[in-house]
Amino acid sequence: MNTVRFLLGQELIELESVSPTLTVLTYLREEKKKIGTKEGCAEGDCGACTVVIAEVVDDCLHYRAVNACIVFLATLDGKQLLTVEDIKTTRNELHPVQQSMVDSHASQCGFCTPGFVMSGFAEYQNRLHKLDDLPESQSDEAVTTQLTQVFAGNLCRCTGYGPIIEAGKTWLIQAEQTTPQEITEAEATIIARLKAIHPQTSKTLTQAGQTYIQPDSIFALTEALAAAPGATLLAGGTDIGLWVTKQHKALDTVIYLGCIAALKRIEVRGGLLEIGAAVTYSEALPVLIQHFPTLEEYLYRHRSTQIRNAGTLVGNIANGSPIGDMPPVLIALNAQITLTSQRGQRPLALEDYFIAYGKQDRQPGEFIESVHIPLNPPGSFGVYKISKRFEQDISSVSAAFYVELDDQRRVQTARLCFGGMAATPKRAALCEQALLNQPWNEATVQAAAALLGQDFMPLSDFRASREYRLTVAMNLLKKFFIQQQNPRQATQISYTGGLIHA
Amino acid sequence: MHEPIHRIAAEHIRAGQVATGVGASVKHDSAIKHVRGEALYTDDLPEPRDLLHIYIAQSTQAHAKIISLNLDAVKAFPGVVAVIQASDVPGKNDYGAVTEGDPIFADGRVEYVGQSLFAVAAEHIDIARKAAALAKIDYEPLPALINVRDALAANSFVLPSKTFRRGEPEAHLAQAEHRLQGEIEIGGQDHFYLESNIALALPGEDGDLKIFSSTQHPTEIQHCCARVLGVPDNAINVEVRRMGGGFGGKESQPALFASIAALVTHHTGRPSKLRLDRDDDMTITGKRHDYVIRYDVGFDGQGQIKAIAFESASRCGMSADLSGSINDRTMFHLDNAYYLEHVSIISHRCKTHTVSNTAFRGFGGPQGMVAIERVIDEIAYQIGKDPLAVRKINYYGAADDPAGRNVTPYAMTVTDNILPEITAELEAAADYATRRAQITQFNRENTYLKKGLALTPVKFGIAFTATHLNQAGALMHIYSDGSIHLNHGGTEMGQGLFTKVAQIVAEEFQVEIDRIKITATTTDKVPNTSPTAASSGCDLNGQAARNAALILKGRLAEFAAQHYTVDAAAVRFTADGVQVGAQQIAFNTLIQQAYFARISLSTTGFYRTPKIHFNAETGKGHPFFYFAYGAAVSEVTVDTFTGEYKVDRVDIVHDCGASINPAIDTGQVEGGFIQGMGWLTTEELVYDDRGALRTHAPSTYKIPACGDRPRVFNIHLRCDPNRENSVYRSKAVGEPPLMLGISVFNALNDAVASLADYRRHPHIDAPATPERVLMACEKLRAQKNPPEHVHA
Repeated sequence: MNTVRFLLGQELIELESVSPTLTVLTYLREEKKKIGTKEGCAEGDCGACTVVIAEVVDDCLHYRAVNACIVFLATLDGKQLLTVEDIKTTRNELHPVQQSMVDSHASQCGFCTPGFVMSGFAEYQNRLHKLDDLPESQSDEAVTTQLTQVFAGNLCRCTGYGPIIEAGKTWLIQAEQTTPQEITEAEATIIARLKAIHPQTSKTLTQAGQTYIQPDSIFALTEALAAAPGATLLAGGTDIGLWVTKQHKALDTVIYLGCIAALKRIEVRGGLLEIGAAVTYSEALPVLIQHFPTLEEYLYRHRSTQIRNAGTLVGNIANGSPIGDMPPVLIALNAQITLTSQRGQRPLALEDYFIAYGKQDRQPGEFIESVHIPLNPPGSFGVYKISKRFEQDISSVSAAFYVELDDQRRVQTARLCFGGMAATPKRAALCEQALLNQPWNEATVQAAAALLGQDFMPLSDFRASREYRLTVAMNLLKKFFIQQQNPRQATQISYTGGLIHA
Repeated sequence: MHEPIHRIAAEHIRAGQVATGVGASVKHDSAIKHVRGEALYTDDLPEPRDLLHIYIAQSTQAHAKIISLNLDAVKAFPGVVAVIQASDVPGKNDYGAVTEGDPIFADGRVEYVGQSLFAVAAEHIDIARKAAALAKIDYEPLPALINVRDALAANSFVLPSKTFRRGEPEAHLAQAEHRLQGEIEIGGQDHFYLESNIALALPGEDGDLKIFSSTQHPTEIQHCCARVLGVPDNAINVEVRRMGGGFGGKESQPALFASIAALVTHHTGRPSKLRLDRDDDMTITGKRHDYVIRYDVGFDGQGQIKAIAFESASRCGMSADLSGSINDRTMFHLDNAYYLEHVSIISHRCKTHTVSNTAFRGFGGPQGMVAIERVIDEIAYQIGKDPLAVRKINYYGAADDPAGRNVTPYAMTVTDNILPEITAELEAAADYATRRAQITQFNRENTYLKKGLALTPVKFGIAFTATHLNQAGALMHIYSDGSIHLNHGGTEMGQGLFTKVAQIVAEEFQVEIDRIKITATTTDKVPNTSPTAASSGCDLNGQAARNAALILKGRLAEFAAQHYTVDAAAVRFTADGVQVGAQQIAFNTLIQQAYFARISLSTTGFYRTPKIHFNAETGKGHPFFYFAYGAAVSEVTVDTFTGEYKVDRVDIVHDCGASINPAIDTGQVEGGFIQGMGWLTTEELVYDDRGALRTHAPSTYKIPACGDRPRVFNIHLRCDPNRENSVYRSKAVGEPPLMLGISVFNALNDAVASLADYRRHPHIDAPATPERVLMACEKLRAQKNPPEHVHA
């Protein structure tokens, strides 16, 4: 049946016709007159429009905070959408997140407040059901770090955040101290209703010449893509959303990957970590950190909860951005991708995917099905992200270094990949060459770093000058070397504020 | 007279007093509505029937003649109802608040990228936006001046330059034991209120209009719409219940959008809404001025300043707007907390072909203070002293200073200098000396990470420097059931003004605050209001509301005295009711009795600030009612590989007089500090060579996020009563704390200076982005280790 069905709070909404680019925010404010959700930026960067999507995961409700401004309405098929209007308790009291914000004087102008409330609400609800494993008691420092992550995607211009964090400590404790809840009757009802509207088949909806296609299998996807090779492939929408809200592009045909179970896979197979095209950052993050602990700082720094809850790793590859944060990391780790079409599968080294600015090795009818990362690499690995602001900021430079030494401490393998330094994510060929077979020492590193100026001709733009980008790139290689040599030396500041000893 | 003042300060809420009166940390009146998403902003109001949506077409050129503007295709686009341009303005095509020069629609010439050309009103905003793109515009480009240096070189100014002068600075500079010269660039700042600019116009009878505007200055919106339409002020009624942030960005700027909505409604007879998206808001509206400030200072071996000459130049943009007063305030604050004996201050107001810069929290003051704080650090590094020691010996003296070191460059005597006390308190609370030693140690032991520490003071003058603005009105009714309706000319932008003014009324009547209805600011209740700006909202409107309450109390006391035949002096309003002689009457009962006795239970209230005057010709006078003080210590860590940094710890002591609401005042201090820190660190406005702003949304313009807040952040409010007779002896607190953020900027410079053993100042301009910090690190390292001596 070609109907998109979702719960708006408690109300079942059924749409037989919908524009594939109608955003949840526009729908809420213009069509449903639900004005509690605010527009602050329409690009997923301020969080004023934060809403929560509830889905059934393992027979329990899981809550995700997302930016309503860049989530397309049709992708809510089979889910529950919760806004600030929906979170009153049954007796019309304030939710603990709301109450503690009132008690802590955590709102001033109040415009960002519903967004903060919803970010907190998602975290609170998930903690009630202990979907996350949490240590029993935590330091104030650790709690502040968690709250910083929860709110990294919510900007407030009035309060300076202090009272919001203070409120957070109160409601986090409340959530922790609530005995792990059985699923309430109300939740059981929602779970049943969501199961009843869970999309079972592929769907196609049209409106005013625009088409939304929601395939239910890889086969259906390859068929749809063969029929419409120019269609826009949509996963998290954290980039495509902006084509609509910022560039005001009209997209004719949109194919949504989020309802294909096979693309949601995270698997370890044959020494490879395989991540499917519809896996969000939030889903991939624990597994990535488990296998590559170095990535923790990096992953938390460059996104917000809302963006991690929507955006996908593969999307960050597929859009071909020269400043995408994952490609340098994955290239340094020698990752491969699988391109799939009706013609079958085509494996490709990730670094070969990027041909030139705006040009990738993706044939008509193909999509990236998954990325494969070799596990347990024997060498040293370091990743760095440089931006004006620590959180939720696009990098001026990102760097990922992988170096293997032989027993003489000579460099055997060097994979040094940078973002923001060229028109594509790119390895530093001359610099790598200068390292190979050389002793891993300061002189080698100095000489190799000096060649980065020949490897790259970065641009000057509003994020950084060419000179800064080059200087930082050279310094990062030196930093990586020092961190390997002298792990006790403090060489980096954590996004949480502490010092990092490599 | 000191006794009762101390009583108010020390015993905010005494037994037997109402719990929600002056001194209580009452919750923001809208707090519950905020968290429930039920607080209505202009875009949330129910939309009227037949509403039109407006899009503003903008100039793509910084400076050009418009050869032709063909709007045929725009008008023909389906769904377009009206297209309005300069020739459609029946009155004056200008929204300049103080002087002319801000056209509603460009007329033959554009002077910045983003300038309004024409407006399209359509059934939906998408239609209006699409149609606007169909205009055929021929420009003849003209030479464009983009930045301050271009403008200075071309002698391009929006207003004449001004000078303050005292003593013989040139002679004393020449004679000074030490002398140094330098220059600092200080970047601008976007307000980034979360609610972008918006106006909603509703048609009324006889061509009257009701305008809902997100504005700090409803009266200005009224004047401007009336002027644009060529109708009297009484045909326009402006209302604002709340703004989603203002910060000065909604003082003069909203008039453009309200005027355009008024024009559309005037021409079509239909309601209209103009809501800017983030990018358009940031492109079209003015920002904090960026400055280049040069200094030449002479000082003795202890670092005491003997003579100083400042030459300040700011980017005003294409028009004067409020730039005159803003640059005046820079001149008033280039001394910050320091006595400058022989001094000259020259101020240039540069005209550039960029957006007209405007009011922003601090109003030009912060830039002046950044400059003098830079000078102090440079002096300290030159003579090898801790900058704090140099600060202290340059502080203004006490009221009875024998050497007369207590007179500002504009001849106002500083009579209430509490900075030495604040500094001592802060040094102790922050453990300054110990931490200075620890940081020096840390920097000796660490090659790659460097720490910095700075204590900077704030002395900020309170009052509008345009004297006539220092007035306010209120309107108060008591209904026969005893409920109170409160209205005044101040606007609520999140700062808690409505709550504080209601607390003052609650205090006067000794009733709880929930009896008082807080109402939207509208020009038909209180006329001729001043903007809610210059931190004066509570000082002015609180006094006006208090005046109204005192008038009504007077009438009620007089009535009660007659009714119960006691002396009027024996009538007191208490938390338990009205004490009339030996009897206690419930407030509601007395109100009913007064009503039946035909006593008027409605009044206006009024206030004008005493003591202030200023002679613009001589540059001398008493422009401020009093000063607000504060100081902050910030500690930072810098990664010298990348220039990235974190603020580790901040300690603040801030003076807010006898606080009317300590929770709200603390919120202003904390939020102001973070906003000031953002201005001087990550918030970078980048214009390209064509004059287009390239950082016009949060993806590119980075205000502080949650994680940028220092992990250790101690704020101490100093609640000693104001020595001037301000409302309940409180002090203004909106702007002053912003400048506490300067301590972060100086701490970053301090951290980098450690690379050259604090002998050389790194001269990082503001904002100190990671790029600027790293480049300063590289420069100092290169100076310390010239390349030929590098050991590989």
